[in-house]
Amino acid sequence: MRITINGMACEAGEGQTVLQAARANGIYIPSLCYHDKTGVAGKCRVCVAEVKDMRGLQATCALPAREGMEVVTNSETVLQAQRMVVDLLLSTGKHDCIACEQNGMCELQDAAYYLHIERPGLQYADVEPDIDSSSAFVYVDRSKCVSCGRCVAGCNDVVVNEVLDFGRRGHGTSIVFNADQAMGESTCVQCGECVQLCPVGALTEKKSMGKARSWETHKVRTTCPYCGVGCQLDLHVKGEQIVRVTGVEDGSPNKGRLCVKGRFGYDFIYSGDRLTTPLIKENGEFREASWDEALDLVAGKFKQIIAESGPDTIGGVSCARSINEDSYQMQKLFRAVIGTNNIDHCART
Amino acid sequence: MTNSFGEFANAKLFLCIGTNMTEAHPVASTFLKNAVRKGAKLIVVDPRKQPLVDFADIHCQIKVGSDIAFLNGLMNVLITENLYDKDFVENKCDNFDAFKAKVLEYPVERAAEISGVSAEQIREVARLLATVKPAMLCYTLGITEHTTGKDNVMSTANLQLLLGNMGMPSAGVNPLRGQNNVQGACDMGALPNVFPGYQKVIDAPMRDKFSKAWNVDKLPDQNGLMMPQMMEGLVDKKIRALYIFGENLANTEPDIRKVEHELASAEFLVCQDIFPTETTRFAHVVFPAAAWSEDDGTFSSSERRVNRVRKVKTPPGDAKPNWWIFKELAKRMGHDWASNGAQEIWDNEVSVLAPALGGIKYSRIEKDGLQWPCPTLEHPGTEFLHRDGIFTHGKGIFNPVDWAPPAEVPDKEYPFVLSTGRRLYHYHTRTQTGRAGMNQLLSEETADISQADAQKLGIKHGEYVKVRSRRGEVKVKAKVTEQVPPGMVWMAFHFRDGCANWLTNAVYDPVTFTAEYKACAVALERA
Repeated sequence: MRITINGMACEAGEGQTVLQAARANGIYIPSLCYHDKTGVAGKCRVCVAEVKDMRGLQATCALPAREGMEVVTNSETVLQAQRMVVDLLLSTGKHDCIACEQNGMCELQDAAYYLHIERPGLQYADVEPDIDSSSAFVYVDRSKCVSCGRCVAGCNDVVVNEVLDFGRRGHGTSIVFNADQAMGESTCVQCGECVQLCPVGALTEKKSMGKARSWETHKVRTTCPYCGVGCQLDLHVKGEQIVRVTGVEDGSPNKGRLCVKGRFGYDFIYSGDRLTTPLIKENGEFREASWDEALDLVAGKFKQIIAESGPDTIGGVSCARSINEDSYQMQKLFRAVIGTNNIDHCART
Repeated sequence: MTNSFGEFANAKLFLCIGTNMTEAHPVASTFLKNAVRKGAKLIVVDPRKQPLVDFADIHCQIKVGSDIAFLNGLMNVLITENLYDKDFVENKCDNFDAFKAKVLEYPVERAAEISGVSAEQIREVARLLATVKPAMLCYTLGITEHTTGKDNVMSTANLQLLLGNMGMPSAGVNPLRGQNNVQGACDMGALPNVFPGYQKVIDAPMRDKFSKAWNVDKLPDQNGLMMPQMMEGLVDKKIRALYIFGENLANTEPDIRKVEHELASAEFLVCQDIFPTETTRFAHVVFPAAAWSEDDGTFSSSERRVNRVRKVKTPPGDAKPNWWIFKELAKRMGHDWASNGAQEIWDNEVSVLAPALGGIKYSRIEKDGLQWPCPTLEHPGTEFLHRDGIFTHGKGIFNPVDWAPPAEVPDKEYPFVLSTGRRLYHYHTRTQTGRAGMNQLLSEETADISQADAQKLGIKHGEYVKVRSRRGEVKVKAKVTEQVPPGMVWMAFHFRDGCANWLTNAVYDPVTFTAEYKACAVALERA
């Protein structure tokens, strides 16, 4: 179907909301509580717009597109309403961007930038930071929370871990873990879905703190090195350093979801324990060797054993962790060069 | 997996047997839970009240190692009550009569006695399976890590054939594979009986094809040894040299004392790894290798999907890509290989030689991977196998199988069953997770025991206990949990101290040589 947004003809799909259609057509409407994965919440009221023949402002996240609909998102009326909502949100939290991990990726910051809100117009009692750093990998600062509910929906309806909820009352309403326990003492399994869904800096990765500004990183898509599900990851990389891992939202099979190992288990590659040079054992002790020396030694020994006892006295165990091409090379070495089918790996365990 | 993770969303019924998905394949379990929330039925068959049970309609708390008796009992009900898919069985399957005769030896009362699941519940499960179609059967190592592992797998396939749950979406037999690339290592022919793409080494035309491609006069024509056979060969000197690439056998294999004796007996041991491990201690030469994110390449997931892996950093020091190390060794043994780098290996060799991978090229898997079989460049990949009940052999073959108990069962001296597995916060022997902060979430091994046994033996949660088998003894803290039934001790193999493999039994399925990690006998006492 066709709708008009700000005078521009746009194609909208069946069942799409106006917000989804706008995004698909490259039109920015500030919004916070909507996420493709958690669906319509209709809570934050940032995404309002005027629609011809409809009374009042409409929340575009909850408004189904209809053939011929005429939508205006950039009138002064709309911008004023959006400004008011964003202003209120800014004034009720401690939204200091300067050292915030979310700086550059923050959807509240994006909205404020779009609406030219340099400083909140409303004064409010200073909000103290409300930190929960009790868990292994997630840093919680409730003073930056905008109560959009994406984390709560993600925890309960997407990954179904059923830990997060809204708790406390009235002005003090806040996200809580189980019956308002510290995150580290709750039943949270640290999958980090809530972090990935948080539009602001309320839920961030501890491991990423101070490692890089978001604009210094680039994303590299890859596959998780842990179990056999094959989750698709975006590595956020600065130089040669992975500073953050997120799930690829439109990637199969995981659709953005990850587990604790996939999201936070990446930094073993930087460990100081890594093997960095070939080693040869002499008199019971390892000594460092050059590649030429170590490779010559192994090739020589293999040739000697083949000559003395035949190729079937050599065996190989390949790796179920490394890439396909490595296993291919190893079985080729055993079959075509050594001359034995004694090649296996932990295939059946 | 015959089917795909994406099909979890529309599944109507899951039968999960021997799979603690929530911990071992966490993201897969989230899709299963979504489906259950939408109304799918869930039957969990597991000796433990593991996390999936919270979402299950029925939990069959089966005794360790009784899977075939249970499944034969289920199928007995389906056959005797005429509840199976007769059309599928008659038109798409072979060997039904022999299979039926075998299953009739397992009346539901006998199945109940062996499995510990009530006859009533077995009937209930059978009737549910008969009324909801299709159903997805998922399993993991709870099925395979038994001396009857191969027969256990056959039995799950028998059930899905009998129900006609094959060759359609949200159905099938779905083993969730453990390691990120265990599927790929199999696909690549890192197995003693097949070349890449499961082409048999004993078939002369296959050897001809590969000897031409690899530019050699001949290739070995007999199946090789499997890993446990190689290990045992180190002791009797049938194997003089062993080359271990990226596996920590000293911790992962059953009966650590036996394994270490074997490794120590090696005349010449080469290890290629990213870290020093308990296994590299025994090496004569160690090659330092590039790790994940230090090389480009592909992994193949459980759902047969070939996914890209990308390089973001250089390997530390002198560590080198694994493919390079193998190529350099080949060169020193008189063979010059053309391919340089993973993409050339895949595009010019693997996908040319393995017909099922023929249509998969790096240019096609920049974003989402492709699922094999994918024979041509135009092929979209295969979401589920055996479409319309057409199998590799033409028809689906029923395999009559008998139940047999585990090799070692509890007795007076060792009155508990030890069963083992993985826990959420670590991966295998922690070479990776132990260096990624996961110790904060789990810092030591425990012996998980029931409340009833804890009371009987006067053991408190968190107290040290000794767990002893005929192979060894460990001292670990007790974790008193509702998950574990009386008579069972449950442990993992993530920590060297208290590793379950000091205790496990090095007995194997006679065909697959998979060890019986899921069942041995132990004694338990306060330390």
